[in-house]
Amino acid sequence: MVPLHWYLTLSAAVFMIGMFGFLTRRNIIIMFMSLELMLNAVNISLVSFSHYLQDMRGHILVFFVITVAAAEAAIGLAIIITLFRNKQTAHVDEMNEMKG
Amino acid sequence: MLQQLFFGYYAFIIIGLSLLVVTRKNPGHSVMWMLLLFFHIAGLYLFLNAEFIAAIQVIVYAGAILVLFLFVVLLLNLREEIALRQTVGSWPVAFFMCAILFVAVTAALGAYVQGPVGGYSIDVIQNETHAKALGKLLYTEYLFPFEIASLILLVAVVGAVVLAKRKLRS
Amino acid sequence: MNSYALIPFLPLAAFVINILFGRRYLKENAHWVSILAVAASWVLAVSALVDVAGGNKINFDLYTWMLSGGFKVSVGFLIDQLTVVMLIVVTTCSTLIHIYSVGYMHGDSGYYRFFSYLSLFTFSMLMLVMANNFLQLYFGWEGVGLCSYFLIGYYFNKKSASDAGKKAFIVNRFGDFGFGIGIFVVFLTFGTVYYEPVFSQAAGLAGATYNFLGYDVHLMTLIALLLFCGSIGKSAQMPLHVWLPDAMEGPTPVSALIHAATMVTAGVFLVARCSPIFSLSDTALMVVALTGAITSLFAATIGLVQNDLKRIIAYSTVSQLGYMFLACGVGAYTAGIFHLYTHAFFKALLFLCAGSVMHAMGGELDIQKMGNLKKYMPVTYMTMLIASFSISGIPGLAGFFSKDEILWMAYAGESPVGKFVWAIGTVVAFLTAFYSFRLIFLTFHGKFRGTHEQEHHLHESPKSMTIPLMILCVGAVAAGWVGIPALIGENIGVHNYIAEFMKPVLGHPEGHGTHGEEMMVMLISIAVGLSGIGLAYFMYIVRPELPERLTQQFRAVHRVLFNKYYVDELYSFIIVRPAIWTAKNVLIGITDARIIEALVNGVPNAIGALSSGLRKVQTGIMQHYATIMATGILIFVAIMLMR
Repeated sequence: MVPLHWYLTLSAAVFMIGMFGFLTRRNIIIMFMSLELMLNAVNISLVSFSHYLQDMRGHILVFFVITVAAAEAAIGLAIIITLFRNKQTAHVDEMNEMKG
Repeated sequence: MLQQLFFGYYAFIIIGLSLLVVTRKNPGHSVMWMLLLFFHIAGLYLFLNAEFIAAIQVIVYAGAILVLFLFVVLLLNLREEIALRQTVGSWPVAFFMCAILFVAVTAALGAYVQGPVGGYSIDVIQNETHAKALGKLLYTEYLFPFEIASLILLVAVVGAVVLAKRKLRS
Repeated sequence: MNSYALIPFLPLAAFVINILFGRRYLKENAHWVSILAVAASWVLAVSALVDVAGGNKINFDLYTWMLSGGFKVSVGFLIDQLTVVMLIVVTTCSTLIHIYSVGYMHGDSGYYRFFSYLSLFTFSMLMLVMANNFLQLYFGWEGVGLCSYFLIGYYFNKKSASDAGKKAFIVNRFGDFGFGIGIFVVFLTFGTVYYEPVFSQAAGLAGATYNFLGYDVHLMTLIALLLFCGSIGKSAQMPLHVWLPDAMEGPTPVSALIHAATMVTAGVFLVARCSPIFSLSDTALMVVALTGAITSLFAATIGLVQNDLKRIIAYSTVSQLGYMFLACGVGAYTAGIFHLYTHAFFKALLFLCAGSVMHAMGGELDIQKMGNLKKYMPVTYMTMLIASFSISGIPGLAGFFSKDEILWMAYAGESPVGKFVWAIGTVVAFLTAFYSFRLIFLTFHGKFRGTHEQEHHLHESPKSMTIPLMILCVGAVAAGWVGIPALIGENIGVHNYIAEFMKPVLGHPEGHGTHGEEMMVMLISIAVGLSGIGLAYFMYIVRPELPERLTQQFRAVHRVLFNKYYVDELYSFIIVRPAIWTAKNVLIGITDARIIEALVNGVPNAIGALSSGLRKVQTGIMQHYATIMATGILIFVAIMLMR
């Protein structure tokens, strides 16, 4: 039997890798993928919790997370396309209109 | 022992693929690695007796979302970007931060106390099938959030169209 | 839901409709909504009267207004004998004055606004009289104050009108402050603000004392006097009477409705409503009686020499309100409410007649420039004459019965100051008759003294104005017939219905005196009334040059009276000017310049300095923000782990 800790550690590791990607990469598409990675990490821990607590609510939550991820991907990618069309770049540090 | 071995395999591959996803220069490659990663995560879900979630993972994530990513990657011409520097300047800071956070979170795992188990044991789910059990819950107790989720999707569809379409008049 | 709950809410609905749709859609038809609503309220009020007369006492909570620990207040209605009398007074006067306003306000640019305010006022006043707890009473109390402010300042582009509105509002603050504290003390003492438990527990606390600002004071006296503070302000008693004459800047229907018939009598209603508390404190009753007596004398003397048509009637109102308090102060609450009820008719009538005169005179208010109007406006003349007879206490008319009841109760009651206030009341009765007929003679008799155009313009008012006058005239004649004293009633076989009707709520103190004494009091009051009229006739019809000579002879007295005893000047000296001085020197000079300016300028400067440092953090690179966010999460996790 695999202990719950292992799953949670795996989830944490994937989450941190996602976060690392988000914090370091310049390419906005890869940042987006890092975001999806983090969501998946959370999903892993939710499903494993659900499994070990014999409760379906984790699955329900995963279901909603996937829904939101799909919505987010659609909107986010639309924004990326608009941005690229206007700025001819996918590098976020070149988009600094909000700089104070 | 076999289970541990399976888990070890999945964990190793998932972490490796994750690293590949975030480190590739070419976003197209990243998407491909990610596809593989999602299949592995789906495998992990099967391992956790969540076959419906695994199916959704493959269908929605791998089938829909990633294809969307792929479209965008192909749509945008990123040749020049690939040649340039790939990271923002402060990546060691970020790495350090992530490492500490990882240590902190795993340290916190030691304090985890298992709560009381619910009624959905593996046998119950097997008798009822996972999709049916999930569906029952989703359409009764979680009907309202479910409707909200559908609305969110609708908004996303409309929003994506509005955002991405070219302004014809200008 | 009890249908009586509709009594206040129909006018509220009319207000909402008028204020929302009046300007665009209703315009010149705005009065229909208001009149229908208030007339429907009147019908319901009459049915409530029938209900209560049948022995019912209606007390119900509509819904919980606020609930906090042990403190519970509902919007609830108590309809007993006292409430019903007030309901009849308010809805009758309100309905008639609404109708009158159709003619009076015709063509005014704020027509819909006027009617929506009138409806709001009616709602507030009905909430006030129908409340079953002190807090709702206070709500209605402030509501009518607010509407009074709106309506006094109705012609807001006229400075004197908006000033008068502000004055009324601010002067009322003084009284309402005490009233508010009174309600707090009631809650602290009884743990509730509902009338029924408060009044039933009050008797048990008759001798209790309360430590107030370090002094042990008699609890009931304290509560009664604090509540009476509110009455003083709202009913324009000394020393807070100054706002009422100025309030005449509002349109005349407003003066009639708010500043004669209903709102200003709320103070009397409050005293009558709290009679179980007031009755427990001889001191408080004495204060009420003396305040009433002195105010009535004071206002009547001022009324003698004023020349402004509406102001004379306003001082007359102050004086008559003093009468009502005088009655309450000697324990004759029924007599006070009875006078309130008759006064509402003849005083509203006087005001509406004054409005009719103004209408004819093109807004002219100086009675020295009028004269001989009876030729042009017979209906107004007749109705105003009857109202003046009524207020002067001519036997058979409404004012006679209520005034006589008050004087008799003052004379024969148990109050230690009874005889004294009776004497003052009798003098005031004389003065009232005199100035009322001075008004009549100067306005309607003699030669016309105005300009030629004014004379040409003179005309009787339209039907919508004269018909309410006639209806109110019936009231001014007949309203008193429900309270015919036993002395006369025995002979003609009628009872003193109102005293019997009010007995369950207000009690009915018996006069301690013989029939002979009662007859004497009555005859004296008739005699002074007639002699007042006679003197006015002599001075203004027989020897019209006499007033001028008297003015010359008693120049000092005249000047003091004409300037209203310099009370406004006194207040200006002791309150207004110090307040302005403080505002200028302390508030503007120190607080504003040194403290507020320093804060206002200093805070942005400090923030500016800080932010110019902080803006370096705003790199515009998303990853930096995300890193900071992650740091936050890290700190959060670390704190969670430490615990």
